[in-house]
Amino acid sequence: MSIKVENIHKQFGNFVALNNVSLDFPGGELVALLGPSGCGKTTLLRIIAGLERADSGRVLLDGEDASDTHIRERQVGFVFQHYALFRHMSVFDNVAFGLRVKPRKERPSEDVIKRKVKELLELVQLDWLADRFPSQLSGGQRQRIALARALAVEPKVLLLDEPFGALDAKVRKELRRWLRRLHDELHITSIFVTHDQEEAMEVSDRVVLMNHGNVEQIGSPNEVYQSPATPFVYGFLGAVNLFHGRVDGSHVQLGEHAHPHDTTQDGLSHGAEVIAFARPHELQIVTDVSETRGIGATVSRVLSFGASTRVELEGDVHEGVPRHVEVELSREQSASLALATGQRVRVLPAQLRVFPHPHKTDNNKATATRSTAS
Amino acid sequence: MAGATSLHINRQAAHYEGNPATSEAAWIKWAIVGVSLAFFALFLLVPLAAVFSEALKKGWAVFFESLVDPDALAAVKLTVIAAAIAVPLNLVFGVSAAWAIARFEFRGKQLLTTLIDLPFSVSPVIAGLIYVLMFGAQGYFGPWLREHDLKIIFAVPGIVLATVFVTFPFVARELIPLMQAQGKEEEEAAIVLGASGWQTFWHVTLPNIKWGLIYGVVLCNARAMGEFGAVSVVSGHIRGETNTMPLHIEILYNEYQFAAAFAVASLLALLALVTLVIKTFVEWQVANSSKNVKGET
Repeated sequence: MSIKVENIHKQFGNFVALNNVSLDFPGGELVALLGPSGCGKTTLLRIIAGLERADSGRVLLDGEDASDTHIRERQVGFVFQHYALFRHMSVFDNVAFGLRVKPRKERPSEDVIKRKVKELLELVQLDWLADRFPSQLSGGQRQRIALARALAVEPKVLLLDEPFGALDAKVRKELRRWLRRLHDELHITSIFVTHDQEEAMEVSDRVVLMNHGNVEQIGSPNEVYQSPATPFVYGFLGAVNLFHGRVDGSHVQLGEHAHPHDTTQDGLSHGAEVIAFARPHELQIVTDVSETRGIGATVSRVLSFGASTRVELEGDVHEGVPRHVEVELSREQSASLALATGQRVRVLPAQLRVFPHPHKTDNNKATATRSTAS
Repeated sequence: MAGATSLHINRQAAHYEGNPATSEAAWIKWAIVGVSLAFFALFLLVPLAAVFSEALKKGWAVFFESLVDPDALAAVKLTVIAAAIAVPLNLVFGVSAAWAIARFEFRGKQLLTTLIDLPFSVSPVIAGLIYVLMFGAQGYFGPWLREHDLKIIFAVPGIVLATVFVTFPFVARELIPLMQAQGKEEEEAAIVLGASGWQTFWHVTLPNIKWGLIYGVVLCNARAMGEFGAVSVVSGHIRGETNTMPLHIEILYNEYQFAAAFAVASLLALLALVTLVIKTFVEWQVANSSKNVKGET
């Protein structure tokens, strides 16, 4: 079932949770709503489910306006962050609940319920826990039971609100993979909310990035990572170094020097104030003292665990240059540079992505946001 | 509320004692424990023993005679009737008030929360007087009631009204913090799964608040049967008609029938002991289920 939301607006007092949001979720996809806490992602999910009412706008399920359809009739499955299992019921009774509360005419016989619950518990690989109570399960098991319970009523849409938010890192990773596999098996239209960018990128077909009640960008995980549409997206997906400068033709003036940038965006007239981003791996470190390009900096820490080496530097005091610069090097590069704490180096951006300065060009940004949202 | 709170304190006590920063010297510990136990014995156990020994002073025959005295039986009957009406009413009021406060946002919610506590903060005598003022012969509704030949004050309805008033907070007070702490997620989950409002209440909400509810009802019942002040004002002390057990005891005592007075009093004391047993059992159950809840987060 496809889901469409049109011009959804929701306000809590003076706080705008959702600012005229329109989105399209094609059937069968697994979409992540990603954003920092308070960006409106959970509110949007709850409005789609019918657990919350929008101030204005419509929710269309399979093209039909569902705004006045009660949550009971929307045929959605909802998975809560804190599982919301019925604590006084066994795992079996939890999963059977949705079938047992059906009106008498539609209610399957107890035998059918039994078989169905068994199937679902096998699907989530926990059939051996049927007689336990929620309190006797681990967090990961609870969330899988909650999922089985949601699937019992054969929903046309599955909505998951930070499903792995309360779990520890290792279980989270396992469950992510498991959720992806489950989705590939069932192909049920699913939306899941998360503030963890890694989780969103790893699990979903498409990512919807939200901030302050607005949609910042929609795209495949690769698209949003490789070509972020807004400074927010750039900053939210992975580590970044932020510079301030002025456009100078195809270059951007940062500190003492001009650097080439690879943005072909309109509205970057000569002399316009801009912000420029470079990811840690897009910066190079040059130890050669004769080098004059780039930004002067002092090495403050070298962190060389894991597959790559992270170097933290302190930038020289110049307008537009951040005090702290982070560079990621391969182990080989790091070995050949042999950096020492306190060493003077120069940092060269191999790639810079430039955006108009957000405070100087508020109008520009608003247009950019809207065009990506539609 | 109280049950869960006291249990939490129990669990934390070990934490305090095991912690070198907050543990105290042995003599301080035993001094504090001693003082509270001595106080408890002097002011609670000794009087309780006195009630039973006074009741049996003139032998078992007198004891039973005073219990089967028609006036005493009438008093017991009236007490049971008043409690049998007041407790179910307050069960319904309490659950709906707690539901309203824990689940809905509305104007005047704070006021409602405060009003629920009113019977605790107002002297029971005043509570009784309010009803006399409203329904008594000289009261606001007095003439109307007389015209329709209805009697509230100095009759059973007045006693029931006064009992309902003084016992109103018990159930609601137990349930509000419990329901607030449990949140509405399980109920939302039930509704998403297609349960109707009634099914959600019956299968999800009620089992979750069960022990709090029983606890509230037990306390409510104890108070309903033991209430003196408010009932005394509206009762009129008509023997065999409008005397509840506490009032009957007072009359016997004023008439120097000590053995009889204490015999009836021992019935009330027994009720208190039964209440305590049930209360302890419920607390024990809550401890078990809260252990489960704790593991869940």
